[in-house]
Amino acid sequence: MRRVRSITPHVYGWLLLTPAAILLIAFTHYPTVATLVQSVFSKGTAIRPSAFVGLNNYRLLLEDTVFWKVLWNNVLFGIGTIPTSIALAILMAVWVNGKLPARALTRLAFFTPTILPMVAVANIWLFFYTPEIGLLDQIGRVFGFASHNWLGDPDTVLWCIVVMTVWKEAGFFMIFYLAALQSLPPELEEAGRLEGASRWYYFRRVAFPLLMPTTLFVSINAVINSFKLVDQLFILTKGGPDNASSLLLYYIYEVAFSFLDVPYAATLTMVLLSALAIIAVGQFVFMDKRIHYR
Amino acid sequence: MTWSIRTAFVGLAVAGALVLAPFSGAMAVELTMYYPVAVGGPLTKTVDGLVADFQKENPDIKVNAIYAGNYNDARIKALAALKSGQPAQLSVMFSIDIYELIEQDAIVAFDDIVTTDEDRAWLDKFFPSLMENGRTANKTWGIPFQRSTIVMYYNKDAFRDAGLDPNQPPATWDELVTMGQKLTKKQGNNVERWGVMIPSTGYPYWMFGALTMQNDQVLMNGDGNKTNFDAPATVEALSYWLDLGQKHSVMPSGTIEWGTLRQNFLEQKTAMMWHSTGNLTAVKKNAKFDFGVAMLPAKKRRGTPTGGGNFYIFKDSTDEEKQAALKLIKFLTQPERTAEWSIKTGYIGTRPDAYETPALLSYVKEFPPAAVARDQLEFATAELSTYQTGRVRKLLDDAIQAALTGSKSPKDALSGAQSEADRLLRSYR
Amino acid sequence: MSRQFSRDLGRGLEVAAAWLLALLWISPLLYAFWSAFHPAEYATHFELGAPLTLENFETAWSQAPFARYFLNTVLLVTLVLIAQFVLCTLAAFAFARFEFWGRNFAFALVLVQLMIMPEVLIVENYTTMSHLGLVDTILSIGLPYMASAFGIFLLRQTFKTIPKELDDAARVEGCSMMQILLKVYVPLARPTYLAYGLVSVSYHWNNFLWPLIITNSVTTRPLTVGLAIFGAPESGVDWSIITAATLLAVAPLLVAFLLFQRQFVQSFMHAGIK
Repeated sequence: MRRVRSITPHVYGWLLLTPAAILLIAFTHYPTVATLVQSVFSKGTAIRPSAFVGLNNYRLLLEDTVFWKVLWNNVLFGIGTIPTSIALAILMAVWVNGKLPARALTRLAFFTPTILPMVAVANIWLFFYTPEIGLLDQIGRVFGFASHNWLGDPDTVLWCIVVMTVWKEAGFFMIFYLAALQSLPPELEEAGRLEGASRWYYFRRVAFPLLMPTTLFVSINAVINSFKLVDQLFILTKGGPDNASSLLLYYIYEVAFSFLDVPYAATLTMVLLSALAIIAVGQFVFMDKRIHYR
Repeated sequence: MTWSIRTAFVGLAVAGALVLAPFSGAMAVELTMYYPVAVGGPLTKTVDGLVADFQKENPDIKVNAIYAGNYNDARIKALAALKSGQPAQLSVMFSIDIYELIEQDAIVAFDDIVTTDEDRAWLDKFFPSLMENGRTANKTWGIPFQRSTIVMYYNKDAFRDAGLDPNQPPATWDELVTMGQKLTKKQGNNVERWGVMIPSTGYPYWMFGALTMQNDQVLMNGDGNKTNFDAPATVEALSYWLDLGQKHSVMPSGTIEWGTLRQNFLEQKTAMMWHSTGNLTAVKKNAKFDFGVAMLPAKKRRGTPTGGGNFYIFKDSTDEEKQAALKLIKFLTQPERTAEWSIKTGYIGTRPDAYETPALLSYVKEFPPAAVARDQLEFATAELSTYQTGRVRKLLDDAIQAALTGSKSPKDALSGAQSEADRLLRSYR
Repeated sequence: MSRQFSRDLGRGLEVAAAWLLALLWISPLLYAFWSAFHPAEYATHFELGAPLTLENFETAWSQAPFARYFLNTVLLVTLVLIAQFVLCTLAAFAFARFEFWGRNFAFALVLVQLMIMPEVLIVENYTTMSHLGLVDTILSIGLPYMASAFGIFLLRQTFKTIPKELDDAARVEGCSMMQILLKVYVPLARPTYLAYGLVSVSYHWNNFLWPLIITNSVTTRPLTVGLAIFGAPESGVDWSIITAATLLAVAPLLVAFLLFQRQFVQSFMHAGIK
């Protein structure tokens, strides 16, 4: 296909790309730039039209205690969900890849949360967490624990959201690890066993390094999800009590669609975009050093 | 290749067009009314029925009712429709949206449409407390329709069990505490039944509006540009709410979930709950015990905020359409229709003379709780509503939750909210 | 013997742990079944002899237009899937087989969407949709997702593994560029399409935030949004009916997954998503 000096590949290439490019520009690149532009204007109403305000929205942002709180919550949410869901996904994959009795059933159980809509299962988790009549409290009562107001206590509410999110994510990540494990040559493990290596040793020194590309892919997904998964908040807490469980994207939604303050929502979105950009660059550097892609 | 792309796009466009159903018709006047209910519920049938009655009486007016989900959806949808030039002449929307709608220059005042003395008299036919959220700047912008208040549901069996008179629910804050203590049943560490629960998620500002009114304090002024969050009586009301859990132990500490509270009451995990009148039907249907409905207790006086939706007429419509919309609203708020509406839905009858119609008279007689909400209207006040209402409301919600979860004292939480609210509202004064 | 014993014990504990985790993971679904098939008073009580009922399903079905929501979701998922397949195939083919001006730059711009997913840009995309007059249409729910960077990336990787000799041979036989794509590349990438298709379908079947924002009416709302409005805690939680509605909503996906479990995992392996 390498026809030097021919114009054909350029034309073909761009023609093939055009439809996707139009949509990508319209719904990814343009809105990214528009967000930046929007963030330097004020909220407009019929009575007071929107006006250029420079960095005023960013100044408000720095003073906005709710913003700092949701940002910190988002960091905790990431710390809570990313490593846990990845570790559980690996564990699940190793289990259902090995000789486990009732393996198919177990795999099904692990994977099911992935295909259940978050908003629907959030109502079920609401039952688990609800004080007095909820499942956690019912079980707790059997063991003599006092009832706890899981979602009404600022110290526990975010972790309740984390647990539910890990539950939702781990099975999805497991599939990627399972596919990767099954593509490892079986001779590797056999050789390890012959040399008397323990399973843990084999996993740590042989399998885990070979799974590194999967781990990278999954962790990018997990990071993005930690900014993106806010569906459960709509049912479980609405970000409360006192923003203790609110996350950045949920706050953006509130500002834009409840307070109807689009410019300030754009300013918040800029923070989210910057966070994603920093992570992207960081991962790129990390990937370059540590991962040998095939 | 380009052809296949075009096919794909045409396919997409066709699929998209499938769901863009245009309205058409050739009537004299056509009205589009946005209505805040989730479609398919029993309420839509009632509204459809009332609208059909209206069209029978007025064959020259055609009404399209668009059911737009909850209050938030209805507002967003109606405003978006107006912006994009789609027809919309009237709507039922959240009564507290009034300032947002005025600021968006979306609605007209009823005073500017009514022409006859009879119409002007009609504006004064409603319960005054229900008009509070519809009036500002000396004009009437909203006509009450789908309205509710807070009442106290109580478990009469639990009252008997605790040795209390089941027909004497607490009438004062002190009684709420003392009776609550008798009603709270413990087994070891565990509380089997709480005395009272007041929900503090979802709509904390609404519940708080009741407590402050009972302490003879309103939360904002009538122009919607000043709040009274740090007034001593407001702080006192929040301290009382906090004390119910922390000091008197008649209520769980932390926040109490709005959505699951009814279930808690039905499971007899609490002897009393404060909740919207909107729960009456569900409680009546599912309670396995003898329950009563009472007015909220008093500190300095009785009090509750009103809630729910008002009729608004949009500015961007012809005079003819505005008159037709007015006609429709007047029709739907006639005493007989109001009575029918109230009986079918459980919402409050919005005008005193509706309660004198034979239908509502006999209904109240056989189901006394229906009268409690009406009698309480005498003590009712407006629901929290200001300019920037979403933000201001959230400030108060956060302050209440911060106090109830113990992360701030009531005084600190409320004065913080007040200074933020001042910052937001300064430019509206 | 003791070593054997301790190994067995360790193994037993491991199996128990795996099963326990599986039980925990499936428990929300088990609860949904319990609560949906029993009368409301048993929604929060677990008793062996509780009577069974289908009434919750009837109530749920009659209280909200679930049939219409189903139709909307199916339309949406199909629309998105077809558009993604077409758009991503063309773009991936361009990246994999043509050396055109600005290719690397264009690819970098595509990859941007891997990080900046449409969810992040809800505010501006809503504005765009209202300018286009598309608010509250099924098309508008799918549009931001149709040119999927993930899909382009995945198909490009697969296309690159296809030996050039194959398409040279096709060219010798006189196939046009589009014929080569359709007859050589697309069939060889079948597992990738299957795996990507499954991910896409389950993603859009369950997507919530953007549809919530962009839809307002019954004729466009997908199941998730309908379910959220139906089960919104505002009106008081009634778990029996909500779980019944949930089961109705997830049943097609659940059944499909039960039937195609094996193929699902294998397609992931073959697709090289790992």
